Formats: sequence, C-alpha cells, structure tokens
Amino acid sequence: MLKILKYSFYDLIRSRWSYVYFLFYLTLGFVLLFLNNDVSKAVITLMNVIIVLIPLIGTIFGVMYYYNSREFTELLLAQPIKRSSIFMGQYFGVAGSLTLSLVLGLGIPFVLYGLLRSNAIFDFSLLLVTGAFLTFIFVGLSFVIAISNENKIKGFGYAVLLWLFLAVVYDGLFLMSLIVFEEYPLDTFSLVATMLNPIDLSRILILLKLDISALLGYTGAIFKKFFGTDLGFLVSMAVLFLWTVLPILGLRHKAKRKDF
Amino acid sequence: MTIEINNLYKKFGKNQVLKGVDLNIGKGHIYAVLGPNGSGKTTLIKSILGMVIPDKGDISILEKSIKKDWRYRKQINYLPQIANFPPNIKVKELLHMIKDLRNSPSEEETLIALFGLEPFLSKKLSTLSGGTKQKVNIVLTFMFDSPLIILDEPTTGLDPKALICLKGLILNEKAKGKTILITSHIMQFVEEMADEVLYLLEGEIYFKGTIGQLMEQTGQHDFEHAIAALTTTESHAENS
Repeated sequence: MLKILKYSFYDLIRSRWSYVYFLFYLTLGFVLLFLNNDVSKAVITLMNVIIVLIPLIGTIFGVMYYYNSREFTELLLAQPIKRSSIFMGQYFGVAGSLTLSLVLGLGIPFVLYGLLRSNAIFDFSLLLVTGAFLTFIFVGLSFVIAISNENKIKGFGYAVLLWLFLAVVYDGLFLMSLIVFEEYPLDTFSLVATMLNPIDLSRILILLKLDISALLGYTGAIFKKFFGTDLGFLVSMAVLFLWTVLPILGLRHKAKRKDF
Repeated sequence: MTIEINNLYKKFGKNQVLKGVDLNIGKGHIYAVLGPNGSGKTTLIKSILGMVIPDKGDISILEKSIKKDWRYRKQINYLPQIANFPPNIKVKELLHMIKDLRNSPSEEETLIALFGLEPFLSKKLSTLSGGTKQKVNIVLTFMFDSPLIILDEPTTGLDPKALICLKGLILNEKAKGKTILITSHIMQFVEEMADEVLYLLEGEIYFKGTIGQLMEQTGQHDFEHAIAALTTTESHAENS
C-alpha cells in the first residue's frame, strides 16, 4: 500500500491542480492576514471559507482522480498487489496531497506573520486539523461514490449532490425543523443533528474554541456546555474520526467485490 | 496444467456472460482466445487475472486456486487492451514504478532498445502517441520473467516494424516454454502465431483445437472463413 501511496502522492503533487489549490490558500492566507491585521479574525474568516470549500474540493478531486486513473488502476490490478492496498494507497495519496496543500498554503503566511508568537496558535491548529479531517472525509465519500458508479457523469453528479446536501441543504432542514418543533425541548436533537454532519460539526467545534459563542445565544450556551468541555471536544473528535473511518471501510468493502 | 477452469459462471446485471466455462490450458503453447464481440473473452481473461470475481466455479493457476489470493499474479504478465497511464509520470518513472511494485528481476533495457524507446524515456506519458504508448505497454509486459503471458489485443496501434518485433518476442517467450494467451481481431496475426484456438460463443467454449482441426471441421480452406463458419455449423467443443 505504501508504494501505491507514494506514487499517487508523487503523481498528484506534480499536477497543476495541486499547485492551484496550494496557491489559492497561500493567497487567501496572505490577503486575510494583511487586510485584517489580526490573527483571530483571520482564522474566523478562513473558517467560513474552508468549511465549505474543503469538502467541495475534496469531493471533486476524489471523484476526478478515481475516474481519471481507472485504466491505470486496471493495470495495477493485474499486478501482484492486494486489491485493498491499491485503493487505500490512492485514497491516502489524494487526501494526503490535498491536506499538504492546505497545511502549507495556510501555514506559510501564518508562520511568516508571527503566528508562533501569538496565542491564536491553538485555534489555528484546530482549523487545520478539522480541515484535514474534512479532506479525508470527503475524499473518502467521493471515492465510495465513484467506485459504486461506473458512469462518470452519474458519479460526479451524486458526489456534488452529496456536498450540496451536507454543506447547504442540511442546514436548511435543520433550521426548519428547529422552527417547526419550537415548542419541544431541542437540546439533544440539535446536538445529535450537528454530530451527524461533519461540516456542521467542524464549524461548531471551531466557533466554540474561538470564544465567540456568546453571539450564538441560548443554543450557543447549550453547545458551549457540551462542545466547550474536554469531553465534548473529545466526543466531537471521535465523531469526526468515525466519519473518516466509515467511508474507508465502505471503500474497502466495495473494492473487494467489484469487477473491473 | 498452467490454467485450469471449472464450471465458471459470471453474470453482469441480467446479462449472463459466462455460462459454465471448462478449460484446461497446458504449458508452452500459444493460445488464441477468439469469439464475436460480447462473447465473454475479456471477462474470461479478467477472471483469470482476478479483476472480475466469478459467481461460481474455480480457477487454478499453476495448480493453485486463485480465490482470495493475489500473490499468484506474480506468475502472470498481462498486457491490457487500452493503455492509459498516469499522465504526469515519465516513461522511465513508470517502468521503475512497476518494477518496484513487482519486486522481481526485469530486463527492460533490451526491450527499450528493441522498440527504439530511448528518446521517449524522459517524456511524460501524456505526450506520447497511441502507438508509442502501446510499445511502452509491451515493454512493461515482457520485462518480467513469468510462466504465463496474457495479451489483450497486442497489435493495436503498432507500426509494421514494431509488429515484427512483437511477433519475435512472443515466439521467443514460447521457446522458453511459456504459456501465452492472446486475444486479437486480426486473423492473420492469430493464424501466424497461435498453436491452438479457443473459440468462445455466448459464454461457452464452442471450439478448442488447432487451426488445422478447425479448418477440417468447418471444411474451409482459409482461416478467416473457418472462424466465420464456426458460428453457423453444428460443430461443438467435444473434439478438443
């Protein structure tokens, strides 16, 4: 698996798109820092951008990579390599190179700005960690979708729909249900509903660490009570981890049974 | 036996592609797998390679069942039909990579010289023409020493000179006692190379035998017509 990972990674970090992605974050980081002149504020703005963008890029990159390397995958399948190693290697290659673009692209401007001396370093690391989680989650989900659909257009469509659902539609439904069931106690419901969507979970996790939860009102207080504690933090991280592992298991399961 | 297949069934959706294939392939011959489009040639080959997972039946390669195993593929060199490589990698990197993945001794230098690929070694694969890609593909297939070689449409895109080189290569491997399976739509190529013909029709082995037997059975004097006549006569695979 490590060999496949090495080559997928190597192939990807030399592709134009990885550089575009890297340069995008680099520019974003520099612009935000020097316009805001405040690391904490920059982190919040960044969060708003990357919480939506990372899943989108992860989804599209994952699907594109899978379909583009299909013939090459067939070549690998005829080699003495375990099937699951091929797909795991490709998956970690894609997710790894995207994460690297993210970490370097955002890390460089922040380090240059003097992040290491500011107290926002934990918020910033949390941002990168959730960003990495989101990358792995959405690349994994897109791989599962791609491996289940022979038809490129269909696979692409489902993947984008999934992103649209988790990034936009889910929040809408969530809000609507909060309004409709206004008269009932919704604490547990909203906690669980947040947990079930990795994008929401990441957003809440970062927001609460940034100490602006006062802006969130009553719900914020409940969330703070849960996510703000060490236990809540650990549970959220565990859920993010679970979100990462499930697509990987799905991918392994699909890969074992698929005909090429 | 190099390959032993018993009662192999495979269905894609509603389409029953293989309907109980039984096949024994001995050592040291060139076998041509023929059949009309959609007769199951590729499915059969991919089942042997473990890329397609059969619904029923067993396949053994060199006396060992291939179920849930992958190490046996070390014994097989496979030339896929459409060679599409990762675009950002250079030819020599691809060669190095496959060598690294297979971890067995290889002799690519002579093959590279044979096909005149030296000027392309430092080029990215996306810049190569179809024929050159096929040559790279052939080098990748023949650079390892394995007892079983499977070639899926090996002649695609090759110029006459390269085609002659390829034929030489195949005969050379045969002389070393290797078993070679070829699918091709170029009947002239098959007639020249193959010792035996396996004719697949509607998911079954319809005919297995030498080209001479095939001509005799169909009463034709030319190989191309004999193949065409196979589908219309009442002959069956029993005389194999």
